Amino acid sequence: MANTALADPDSGLTQAQLAARYGLRVADRPPTLAEYSRRLWHYRHFIATYANAKLVASFSNARLGQLWQVLTPLTNAAVYYLIFGLVLEQRSIPNFIAYLCTGLFIFNFTQTAAQNGTTAISGNLGLIRALHFPRACLPLAVTVTQFQQLLGSLVVLLAIVLVTGEPITFAWLILVPAVLLQTVFNAGLTMVVARMGAKVSDLRQVMPFVMRAWMYGSGVLYSVVLFEDNLPAWASRLVEFNPMLVYIELARVALLEDAPVLNSSLPQLWLVALGWAIVMGVGGYLYFWRGEQEYGRG
Amino acid sequence: MVDQYETSNDATLTLPRVQERIPTVVVDDAHVIYRVHKGATGGSSPVAALRRIVTRTSEPNIREVHAVKGVTFTAYRGEAIGLIGSNGSGKSTLLRAIAGLLPVNRGAVYTQGQPSLLGVNAALLNDLSGERNVTLGCLAMGMTPAEVQRQTPEIIEFSGINERGDFASLPMRTYSSGMAARLRFSIAAAKKHDVLLIDEALATGDKGFRKRSEQRVRELRESAGTVFLVSHQLSSIRDTCERTIWLESGVLRMDGATDEVIRAYEAFANGK
Repeated sequence: MANTALADPDSGLTQAQLAARYGLRVADRPPTLAEYSRRLWHYRHFIATYANAKLVASFSNARLGQLWQVLTPLTNAAVYYLIFGLVLEQRSIPNFIAYLCTGLFIFNFTQTAAQNGTTAISGNLGLIRALHFPRACLPLAVTVTQFQQLLGSLVVLLAIVLVTGEPITFAWLILVPAVLLQTVFNAGLTMVVARMGAKVSDLRQVMPFVMRAWMYGSGVLYSVVLFEDNLPAWASRLVEFNPMLVYIELARVALLEDAPVLNSSLPQLWLVALGWAIVMGVGGYLYFWRGEQEYGRG
Repeated sequence: MVDQYETSNDATLTLPRVQERIPTVVVDDAHVIYRVHKGATGGSSPVAALRRIVTRTSEPNIREVHAVKGVTFTAYRGEAIGLIGSNGSGKSTLLRAIAGLLPVNRGAVYTQGQPSLLGVNAALLNDLSGERNVTLGCLAMGMTPAEVQRQTPEIIEFSGINERGDFASLPMRTYSSGMAARLRFSIAAAKKHDVLLIDEALATGDKGFRKRSEQRVRELRESAGTVFLVSHQLSSIRDTCERTIWLESGVLRMDGATDEVIRAYEAFANGK
């Protein structure tokens, strides 16, 4: 700088010193966990609005619109009932329709959350590259959308359970904490698959197979007693800790009078359900936060 | 080759009082290298992939592109800076690096607050109405619901999408590309940004909208922000920016007063 009379106090500084002097920060600095959580809380309205928008948009091209929210689980249940109830004729389970629908609807909650979670980041690159917001909003919005869907299908489920002759009992209240624990579990799971799906786009092709295998391992379509009968003891023990089986069993304990259950001890069932919710919820959040700077790049 | 622009001298000449110039973006010898997947070429057959695994050679269909090669400059509060250069000269890459969306491989980019990048491909939800997209976009920028409610009519009014009937309540997929771009610009411009990066966004609107958006860019600048504008329309750079940076093949070719830089750039482009 030639003009000494109006000397610039910043002359002679290197770029880094200049930045430090005015408190500028490196553009892609990763946020701390506390900072990230605080920002996420600030964005709660965005999560709710975005989840709602997605729900509306998902049916906007169908003529029956929101009705599909109820029709989809119903048709699903009808198909499975046709094959497993009528063609293969289940006799071991009393009230098979209610048993099947409970398993199916509860499992479907996690299944769609995980499937939509894999594209939560990779399907929203436009939004991610344009605006800065905590990316965890996207997988969380997926969970909220699926939760809203679940509420719709739960109404159908309760109707089915009543129509097939189950009584209304206080045990129904179990459903509330059970579904909440499952929602926390789903949120964590969605964040895990969202980060993985952001890096490995092939995951979207693999997910349907993973979910199908998981469904067969969760005793949705047949009696869970089959695990005990046909698997070696250690494997059957392992299945008892399958989170999906646990959440489904809790719902069955809540709604059905004498459905077969694999976990005979109710406290153990609750402990495993709570444990999975905490491990998956916290673990998934930490895992997703660690990758925050990677999303939308490449 | 690089003309360093001595803004301080200029500023003291034109302004009656000496203002403290506060840097908002400091770019220090930034290099951006990104890896490009060339897609399915001949080398991606299963046999070729197997051979690569066996012989341990790296994948041939990934190529490294050194898009920005050691750019250094400082941007100050209240400036509007144009970025010009031929196609593929690294302008958009540089903007994305400033926005923190692309990591720099060497050097550093320091910014005040969080820069916002506004590009023509910043897609919102096409299945939703324009109005809901405004709400979503504002919430995504961190506004509170009360602020959003207050701003929504203004944003729609500014975008002018309702000039030909009630388009705000129609899904965005029914919009023309110009209308969608106008709405996106209007959303982003509704918030005060410390640093706003605009990538060709003004080029898509019609003449009336261009005038309004240039006015808006000036307002944003006056409200203590710094605006970067990438455009091939030299006229819109001339109208909005007093300082211009010319990038060529990832190298900062010239940095100075808009008139000078554009004159040199035009001479270069015509001589090519």
